[in-house]
Amino acid sequence: MESTVDFSHYLKSAGTGLLHLDLAVEGINCAGCMAKIERNLSKIPDVTSARVNLTDRRLALEWKAGTVDPALFVDRLAELGYKAYPFEPASAETREAKRAGALLLRLGVAAFAAMNVMMLSVPVWSGNVSDMLPEQRDFFHWLSALIVLPAAAYSAQPFFSSAYAALRARGVNMDVPISVGIILALATSLFETAVHAEHAYFDAAIMLIAFLLAGRYLDQNMRRRTRAFAGNLAALKAETATKFISDDEIRTVPVAAIVPGDIVLLRPGERSAVDGSVVSGRSEIDQSLITGETLPATAVAGSAVYAGTLVRSGALRVRVSAASEGTLLSEISRLLENAVQSRSRYLRLAERASRLYAPLVHATALLTMIGWLIVGATLHDSIVTAIAVLIITCPCALGLAIPAVQTVASGALFGSGVLLNSGDAIERMAEVDRVIFDKTGTLTLPELDVANAASIPADVFNLAGRVALSSRHPVAAAVARAAGATAPLPGIEEEAGQGAFGVVDGVEIRLGRPPWCGADEAANQILQNDPEASVVAFRQGETRHVFAVRQRIRPDAATVISALHRMGLTVEMLSGDREPAVRAAALTLGIHQWRAEVTPVDKIARIDELARHGHKVLMVGDGLNDAPALAAAHASMSPVTATHMSQAVADAVFLGEQLAPVEAAVAVSRKARRLMRQNLWLSVIYNLLAVPVAIAGLVTPLIAATAMSGSSLLVMLNALRARRNGEPV
Amino acid sequence: MEVLVYLVPLAITLGALGLAAFLWSLRNGQYDDLDGAAWRAITDDEPAEKSS
Repeated sequence: MESTVDFSHYLKSAGTGLLHLDLAVEGINCAGCMAKIERNLSKIPDVTSARVNLTDRRLALEWKAGTVDPALFVDRLAELGYKAYPFEPASAETREAKRAGALLLRLGVAAFAAMNVMMLSVPVWSGNVSDMLPEQRDFFHWLSALIVLPAAAYSAQPFFSSAYAALRARGVNMDVPISVGIILALATSLFETAVHAEHAYFDAAIMLIAFLLAGRYLDQNMRRRTRAFAGNLAALKAETATKFISDDEIRTVPVAAIVPGDIVLLRPGERSAVDGSVVSGRSEIDQSLITGETLPATAVAGSAVYAGTLVRSGALRVRVSAASEGTLLSEISRLLENAVQSRSRYLRLAERASRLYAPLVHATALLTMIGWLIVGATLHDSIVTAIAVLIITCPCALGLAIPAVQTVASGALFGSGVLLNSGDAIERMAEVDRVIFDKTGTLTLPELDVANAASIPADVFNLAGRVALSSRHPVAAAVARAAGATAPLPGIEEEAGQGAFGVVDGVEIRLGRPPWCGADEAANQILQNDPEASVVAFRQGETRHVFAVRQRIRPDAATVISALHRMGLTVEMLSGDREPAVRAAALTLGIHQWRAEVTPVDKIARIDELARHGHKVLMVGDGLNDAPALAAAHASMSPVTATHMSQAVADAVFLGEQLAPVEAAVAVSRKARRLMRQNLWLSVIYNLLAVPVAIAGLVTPLIAATAMSGSSLLVMLNALRARRNGEPV
Repeated sequence: MEVLVYLVPLAITLGALGLAAFLWSLRNGQYDDLDGAAWRAITDDEPAEKSS
């Protein structure tokens, strides 16, 4: 019945006779896991290499071709307690990784050049006040030029090309004053060296490049990491399709391997991953994801099926017309693309400032030059002073101020199980004063669980679980999961709308609706005590048992909500669920403001109303009906299990069974915003102090180098403080 | 001061060597998994066979 995933799509050749496979592994979170996985998989004969990447939570395997079935690795990992899925890096991720690598390379070149130039600069600085011969100084300056000019030409290219692009588009960005500053500093230094002058700014110029590149690299690396993580999420969701490889033979393949013209099988309970038309079969389908129509439609041969369609009653054979663009991965990719576009507000602020900044800086430099000329300085001295102003105002610290905090904060959030979708999420989350929770799937765990497991004999539970494996009904799936069943029973058939049945040891067994199993009485009793539960009955011969299946509240929900209260946030619950259920949950969790039976429109209305009163709302929800509310709120979060679309609109996604990430998100964001502000002020103060000194003509290369590295270090160290209260709970 | 004739090229050579080492480590993937590398340093080389 269960067909395993076809791995051939993911296998790569790794040299002669070797195969390579990348797996995204769920549950790697410590060094112990890493050692355990590597040790156990290396023990498999013919495996030549098993290496875990703890940063990206992936496993790279290499083995001799033809000897080992890749499914063995997944099974072995499952035995160790890790879920693993084959995975193929999306092209976007590879691109980001390449960009980060290139920046690191340039950063390395600039940093090494800066270090070596310093070695030459320090003797010059000290020699200028003691007994260095002018010839020796010139010699050192020429050597500096020899190191710096090629290094700068290579490593400053990102700034040059970005400035050039901006100028061509008749605009100005931060890279324009940077490029002008670098080029002028280098040109002057070269000229000064040629005329045997005392000062050259080679060291300051290359150091500037190195610090700016550090800021860019941090920014890029954060993006790369988010991408890698999104790739894992998509792999873990294991979007597969069942494809016919001949008329009656099927195989489970990744959606990525499906091409138009393929025939796929959609079984009851499955969501289609492709667009196509029905070839044969008949089923009720739920198109609510696509059309919003909640009433099921009937699909017959010729009907169109879209990605996202839920097949309810019968199996369908579908001819694929378009391989899906709506897969989770493409959705997340699109999202991140947006996130990159909608840069953080503070970054935008910096960009807006740069539009002011460039003319301001250039005007100041020009005025300085004119001023000195009027006072009677020589043209040469005036120009040198003006260039010192340009160098000292280059926004080193400003360029690092925001990316450094964002990197540290998102790293801390990542550690707490929060993945940011959008660039400015940190700032917006820091501003919220009110949190609205959805109930189902957010405060409660998204997966159903058997509530009365204790009252059912273990052997019955096991048997029921194995029967349940053959059904795709969500309630049956919950029974199978709760029983920990892994081996489906042979010969189990499904009766549409009733349940699954079969024969074991000559006795008929049934798992399904209580009336069908003759267990109405017991079921009604359970429903009376617990009206929210779903019931499923199990009948073996004459013995009958009823399982109460319901959603559990997240284990730490009450603690988190009281912590949110303590942080000064008002917590509210809006749920589409019935009133008794919502009241019970609110009581358990200590939420005083709640409303039940709220429609999506009402949720938006409530958020708008709060916004009109000046409140900033953080909406935490999942489920399709929350998507508009998530989009309408000031900031939003979704559990990672949420329907694709609500994840797509949420600013952040959180992982795991706990609600604690919500608290961490707000706490870390608040701290990060404070640090960003501090950093911006630090940069402003630096400029206020340094610019007058430069205008006065007192900036020597030594002062320029110290001021620049000093302010950059200060900003970096300050950013590191974002880490302090964001450690995993 | 003639010593500079040796010392300066020597210093620059050492700097270039450092850069070359950095480029090698970058190409070699030494920066791909910084979190994992931190822990690898303290794990045992040879696995204990009994329990894991």
